[in-house]
Amino acid sequence: MYPARTWLSRSFSNISSHPLRVCVVGSGPAGFYTAEKMLKAHQGAEVDIIDRLLTPFGLVRSGVAPDHPETKIVINQFTRVVQHERCSFFGNVTLGSSISLAELRELYHVVVLAYGAESDRDLGIPGEDLSGIHSAREFVWWYNGHPDGKNLNPDLKSTDTAIILGQGNVALDVARILLRPTTELATTDIASHALAALNQSSIRKVYLVGRRGPVQAACTAKELREVLGIKDLYIHIKEVDLLKSSEDEEVLKNNRIQRRVYELLSKAATSGNSHSSSGQGELHFVFFRKPACFLDSGTGHVAGVHFEKTVLKGVGPGKQVAVGTGKFEDLDCGMVLKSIGYKSVPVDGLPFDHQKGVVPNASGRVLTDALGDQTLLEKGLYVCGWLKRGPTGIIATNLYCAKETVASISQDLEQGTLAAVTSLPKPGREGLLQLLDDRNVRIVPFSGWEKIDSEERRLGSLRNKPREKLTTWEDLLKVGTE
Amino acid sequence: MLVSRLSRIGVQTVKQLARGMCTSLCRTGFLQTPYSQCRQPWFELHTDPKAFQGTLFQKHYLFSSTASGSDIGDGSERKEMISVTFVDKDGEEKHIKVPIGMSMLEAAHEHDIELEGACEGSLACSTCHVIVMDVECYNKLEDPTDEENDMLDLAFGLTETSRLGCQVIAKPELDGIRLAIPAATRNFAVDGYVPKPH
Ligand SMILES: Cc1cc2nc3c(=O)[nH]c(=O)nc-3n(C[C@H](O)[C@H](O)[C@H](O)COP(=O)(O)OP(=O)(O)OC[C@H]3O[C@@H](n4cnc5c(N)ncnc54)[C@H](O)[C@@H]3O)c2cc1C
Ligand SMILES: NC(=O)c1ccc[n+]([C@@H]2O[C@H](COP(=O)([O-])OP(=O)(O)OC[C@H]3O[C@@H](n4cnc5c(N)ncnc54)[C@H](OP(=O)(O)O)[C@@H]3O)[C@@H](O)[C@H]2O)c1
Ligand code: FES
Repeated sequence: MYPARTWLSRSFSNISSHPLRVCVVGSGPAGFYTAEKMLKAHQGAEVDIIDRLLTPFGLVRSGVAPDHPETKIVINQFTRVVQHERCSFFGNVTLGSSISLAELRELYHVVVLAYGAESDRDLGIPGEDLSGIHSAREFVWWYNGHPDGKNLNPDLKSTDTAIILGQGNVALDVARILLRPTTELATTDIASHALAALNQSSIRKVYLVGRRGPVQAACTAKELREVLGIKDLYIHIKEVDLLKSSEDEEVLKNNRIQRRVYELLSKAATSGNSHSSSGQGELHFVFFRKPACFLDSGTGHVAGVHFEKTVLKGVGPGKQVAVGTGKFEDLDCGMVLKSIGYKSVPVDGLPFDHQKGVVPNASGRVLTDALGDQTLLEKGLYVCGWLKRGPTGIIATNLYCAKETVASISQDLEQGTLAAVTSLPKPGREGLLQLLDDRNVRIVPFSGWEKIDSEERRLGSLRNKPREKLTTWEDLLKVGTE
Repeated sequence: MLVSRLSRIGVQTVKQLARGMCTSLCRTGFLQTPYSQCRQPWFELHTDPKAFQGTLFQKHYLFSSTASGSDIGDGSERKEMISVTFVDKDGEEKHIKVPIGMSMLEAAHEHDIELEGACEGSLACSTCHVIVMDVECYNKLEDPTDEENDMLDLAFGLTETSRLGCQVIAKPELDGIRLAIPAATRNFAVDGYVPKPH
């Protein structure tokens, strides 16, 4: 395979006596692509990847849907990156609690932050904390066996209706998991607690609600085609919602993704039955509705969503936003999943743009000033992935993102901007391990993940699944450190 | 000293593993040594290949073995070949011979051409995007399936004659095809240059 061939080709090279010490925080696609590009571009670089989890690969493991095994194949490529002799992975190390950013920057010449987005955007409307309302992120962590997601225990048995807010790909993933026959999920790497709960789920009817129209839907054709293709599912889309304005026509003309999504939605609206048969699963696409508040059942549980109807207003070429009309409509439900986007969280000492939820940066160089003054740079500190760009983009986007960040690092090394930082040797890996050892932080190296990996595969093979994920910190630690 | 420290906290195994791997892979200079001199597939050398299986192991295995083990240039078994030219983002050309039936992704990897293939040809990533450089050749290809179009939607720098490298299979009519590997989008700088070793 080419990656191994191209960069392992250089691996015999000299780790010089003063290696360039690089630490990448976060082992998702952004972290791994950064490590790969750094190892390739800098023969003298020693790259350590740390992650707060014991398991690497970020959202490829804990985000990508269990019924998308092909998407996870990229793990093979990432595995070859860590096996490079100048690369290491240390799991169970949390930036901000195991080690501070200031300490990390003392230990390494270059620190690249790629720790993703582990929080959620808020709607900021009344009733958001009623029980039965979860963020899609939590729900995804739950069905994907993230150790912090196991305790969510969403109640799928007390209602037949769920509302998903948002119409991005995550919303579609979540809808598909709720509606797809569990016999089809049973042979995936879905967490066993989730499979058991879905087996007993009484949810039959799912609303996917967007504040704008079908021309603006945030999902892509692949995911849409998949959810529309679920066996024996009744699909409902109001034909009036498909009417296009001249602005819409313009958008469709210039945007292939939107055009193909719109075509799929129109086709689905006009084909199929006009009524569902009893017991059949139902998926309703609802457009032009923005949530105004959540309705309380009287016991602190969500009973529905109060929506304001919207119309689109142009705010620039090809850009239309949803504005309320003052007309409202309620939809009843027993569960709400908010899928309106993820949000990154800052750590101590890190410049952060709270409005955008990203680290202010110029091509990956961290700016001191959150307002974006391009001249004040945090020396030796870089950013990549969702933490840099915000929570959008597919796995491949992080490849281009990492190329950009690594190009900035290379440029800074070449032009001497990093000279003050790199002229002196830094303790790097040795120093990190010393410090963590002094603090009794139990690091779990890549060999620990390999143990977890083989145990999960072994357990999976007993149940005709590709793997049975270990879903508690205790189990992961036990297997990973035995 | 480093080693003793590492072993104390249990890192040694992973390092030994890594070292073993690198020794057996023995890749020498990039694009300099014919890869045939050292092209044992890495998975065969690993003590526990199971630990490295992809979710779709079967597929991955097949893919890897073709990619690393087929006998191009071995006179006796020579299959029918076509000429393919890859043009990289800097405009540099590489001419290769590709056996009928092989995908352009596999062919690129056989020849150390930098074409990403994150999903190893399972039509789930769009990183193997190539641009067919002349329309006539493009028209000789079968139309992309809906599934390929769905992935092309997400490819960076999409053009009218874009295809996914893993879906373009060598056939006689394509002899002489020229494929450009797109540069990253305008927003993202390209890692074209290699700085001096640090
Ligand atoms: C539900 C979902 C499904 C998706 N499905 C697909 C798909 O099918 N195909 C596709 O192409 N893209 C998909 N994506 C998009 C893709 O997953 C993202 O583009 C990508 O994962 C972002 O990469 P990242 O490295 O920036 O962040 P992440 O992948 O989130 O990686 C961040 C890493 O940092 C670690 N971390 C967090 N905080 C700390 C800390 N304080 N200290 C140390 N480590 C820390 C985390 O444990 C994690 O491993 C999906 C996204 C989501 C949310
Ligand atoms: N298979 C795959 O390739 C795959 C799978 C999953 C995820 N991903 C990727 O991961 C990224 C994240 O996905 P995502 O679904 O979380 O994000 P997303 O694509 O940005 O979608 C967010 C959705 O939430 C809506 N929204 C945002 N704020 C809102 C508010 N205040 N009120 C009402 N609605 C609001 C948006 O509507 P507006 O458009 O009106 O803002 C949009 O419908 C995406 O780039 C996605 O493509 C890919
Ligand atoms: S390699 Fe993933 S789509 Fe071609």
